[in-house]
Amino acid sequence: MRVVNSPVSKIDGMQIATGAPVYTDDLVNNALVIKLLRSPHAFARIKSIDTERAKKVDGVEYIFTYQDVPKKRFTVAGQSYPEPSPYDRLILDEYVRYVGDEVAIVVAKTEKVALKAMKFIKVNYEVLEPVLDFETAMNHSTVVHPEDDLEVNFDIGMQKEKNIVAAYKFEVGDVEEELKNCETVVEETYYSQAQAHAMMETYRAFSYMDHNGRLNVVSSTQVPFHVRRIMARALGIPKSTVRIIKPRIGGGFGGKQTAVMEFFPAFVTWATGKPAKLVYDRKETFSCTNSRHAMRIKVKIGSDKEGNIEAIDIEALSDTGAFGEHASTVFPLVAEKTLPLYNRVKASRFEGQAVYTNKMPGGALRGYGATQGAFAVETAINKLASVLKVDPITLREKNLIKVGEEHPILHGATTKPSALTSSTLDKCIAKGKQLINWDAKYPREIIDDDKVRGLGMAVTMQGSGIANIDTASAEIKLNDDGFYTLLFGATDMGTGCDTILSQMAAEVLDTSMDRIIVNSCDTDFSPYDPGSYASSTTYVTGNAVIKAAEDIRHQIINKGANFLGLAPESTQFEGGIVKSSDGNKEISLNEIAQRLSSSEGQDQLIGKGTFGSETSPPPFIAGFAEVEVDKETGQVDLINYVAVIDCGTLINPKLARIQAEGGLVQGIGMALFEDVIYTDKGKMATNTFMNYKIPSRKDIGNIIVEFEPSYEPTGPFGAKSIGEIVINTPPPAIAHAIYNAVGVYVNSLPITPEKILELGYPQGAYPKL
Amino acid sequence: MKISVTINNKPVELDVMPDEYLAESLRRYGYLSIRKGCDTGSCGLCTVWLDDKPILSCSVLSMRTMGKRITTTEGVQEEAQECAQYIVDEGAEQCGFCSPGLIMTILAMKRELVNPTEQDIVHYLNGNLCRCTGYVGQLRAVKKYLGVE
Repeated sequence: MRVVNSPVSKIDGMQIATGAPVYTDDLVNNALVIKLLRSPHAFARIKSIDTERAKKVDGVEYIFTYQDVPKKRFTVAGQSYPEPSPYDRLILDEYVRYVGDEVAIVVAKTEKVALKAMKFIKVNYEVLEPVLDFETAMNHSTVVHPEDDLEVNFDIGMQKEKNIVAAYKFEVGDVEEELKNCETVVEETYYSQAQAHAMMETYRAFSYMDHNGRLNVVSSTQVPFHVRRIMARALGIPKSTVRIIKPRIGGGFGGKQTAVMEFFPAFVTWATGKPAKLVYDRKETFSCTNSRHAMRIKVKIGSDKEGNIEAIDIEALSDTGAFGEHASTVFPLVAEKTLPLYNRVKASRFEGQAVYTNKMPGGALRGYGATQGAFAVETAINKLASVLKVDPITLREKNLIKVGEEHPILHGATTKPSALTSSTLDKCIAKGKQLINWDAKYPREIIDDDKVRGLGMAVTMQGSGIANIDTASAEIKLNDDGFYTLLFGATDMGTGCDTILSQMAAEVLDTSMDRIIVNSCDTDFSPYDPGSYASSTTYVTGNAVIKAAEDIRHQIINKGANFLGLAPESTQFEGGIVKSSDGNKEISLNEIAQRLSSSEGQDQLIGKGTFGSETSPPPFIAGFAEVEVDKETGQVDLINYVAVIDCGTLINPKLARIQAEGGLVQGIGMALFEDVIYTDKGKMATNTFMNYKIPSRKDIGNIIVEFEPSYEPTGPFGAKSIGEIVINTPPPAIAHAIYNAVGVYVNSLPITPEKILELGYPQGAYPKL
Repeated sequence: MKISVTINNKPVELDVMPDEYLAESLRRYGYLSIRKGCDTGSCGLCTVWLDDKPILSCSVLSMRTMGKRITTTEGVQEEAQECAQYIVDEGAEQCGFCSPGLIMTILAMKRELVNPTEQDIVHYLNGNLCRCTGYVGQLRAVKKYLGVE
């Protein structure tokens, strides 16, 4: 391989690093400014709303309330149609369902005017009893969605009178019976918190009508094609009248897989014909968009005395907040990305529900349920090792899935059982063990009277795209001077997918990357792609790009051979030249392109490729943490974090490493301090960087990333995904390391000093081994 | 109100509101490398130089910069490109949204610190948040750029 598997720099790197004006808010022209009046109550009905005085403020153009918007409910979840998320939203609703839910759209010449006008809107609320504790949502007297026009596309187990959005069950064998027969059973309840995405570019979009009377929306989104469908439904207009353009994105992490705010400017522009923009500030981004779903996860794991795991039982309850975006799809991953790891069990079961509450909605966040599941199941596995008094690495070596073995939900809930086709997880564990110096340091080192260091570990898997659902296309066009344009709809949010997809095309076309223009995404021009989420882009869009490149390569050989007067079989295409097998005749790509775009050739070559997979091959990671705990204060410092990853072939080792380091640090934040907290009235208390702490440079310790690439036969050049899996190991590995240091398993995230001190050191500060 | 300032070595007159912050004024006048990542002076994205010292332009009233010299990434492009090359060589720009503010801080650090250690670098840059990279690649880049072992 020439271009693939080399550490190419990002093709847009220098421009974006030096401040080029290429992000959404840099491109706005003469737009009116939108500000949103938001609910101060967690649950209320708007009895009346008076906007007359506000409308008189100089510079105010329009104010819209729930009485002015279409009455058809929609979902803002960016998912392939038919979406498994309920249509439970209106642009503005008579009911407000969380503190921050939108009450009125104020459109003005400037932000300052809009903010001034907002103060003059008088709203009379009937304040209702909110559901704030997700564990009591099911039997609560309040129904968060009392309306009867809520729709679902298919049965997701909704019982809205009980605030249940979705339910899912999976069972193989008889779990109850097997657990009874197990010699050792570990039973624990875990809590995984809501986490904020905290991408640096907040949510933003602007819109305008074009010369053909079509609605154009420029948005910082991961899912342009889904946004197009969502806008069309929300506004009640045909999809053909909507165009979505995605410029550069300043980070997403799944947050921008939900169209949290595009419908406001879209509605204003459609209603008024005027350009409009909406830029969320950081407070709105924290408290009025979406977060990781908080969950309670109960785990029972049973084994024999030798540590052969015989049964796993998982029960999850997911807090989806006020709306059901991604509600039905996130919590099943708690099981789908954990149970297949331990495939030798005699029985396994998963049962879960997602419930409505009066809090900000949950949504997609890197890991998408797998992260929550990994914390619970891996911590329970570590607990089992401590109960059995065996090394947790030995326990895993005995039980983990191996290449060729099967699991019923290895590729997600919707597919038939199929075998694991690639894994070097055993090598990842072996290498990580060596890098963290496990044999010398496990379980602990006593530093002084107060400080103890402990080691911990965890393994996790993710998928690569959504099997049997998400399908992406790519096109490659030969331009009139022998260079290419690569079109796709995957969305580079900093991940580098524009670069790695171009690498793949360059590899197939035997050319250099500077001969390929990359364009993504404009729904008017790009071929369909669900967007960048579910760890899909490298695997799904990558395979589509390879097909498109092979298609156009084939066409180029045919045309070149024709111009040379030869049969295609007796020519080859190398380095931009079609030549005869004997090397006597040749024609350059430039000449082929020029002759095709003249009256002589009369042909536009376009290669196309579409790919959807029946499987979702899992990448694997082994994570190892070394922490130092101060017994006096409960303070935890991360000393070393080692992650060894099998993501198949590394399309770009440099960008894969950065993806891994960034994901690990997000996971470290989730393990130790990130927490979305609400007051007892349901107002989010953590709505700035002053009170929602993300890791800074000083919080991360020493991070070591290594790779043990397998070769995935269905992957592009053998690749699997990397984007999400990297966030999964820090919570369980750090929880384990803290246990090994001071003998306390903290079962709720984040693991703060207070929680450690509250539990005390029941075993005299150290666990007995 | 009108204020006279020097932006990127050019004398400029800005018409600003009395309660307007510098980040807003600069963006309004087309200095679009200025990014805002928060409303609380916490993230470092909006870093520019005021009389050659790095400051958070979101937290300085525009009128307070009267008569002062303001430098943005646009004004130090050659040096910014040189620094950015090291960051891009590590892949540590990722989404790029925080990069201009980070680079302004790195360039200021280069002027201010003599033979910084790794710890000095981390300390100096600690106010520049990044959610994508995990900071490790950025540290590799900065150490190479500054020639720190």
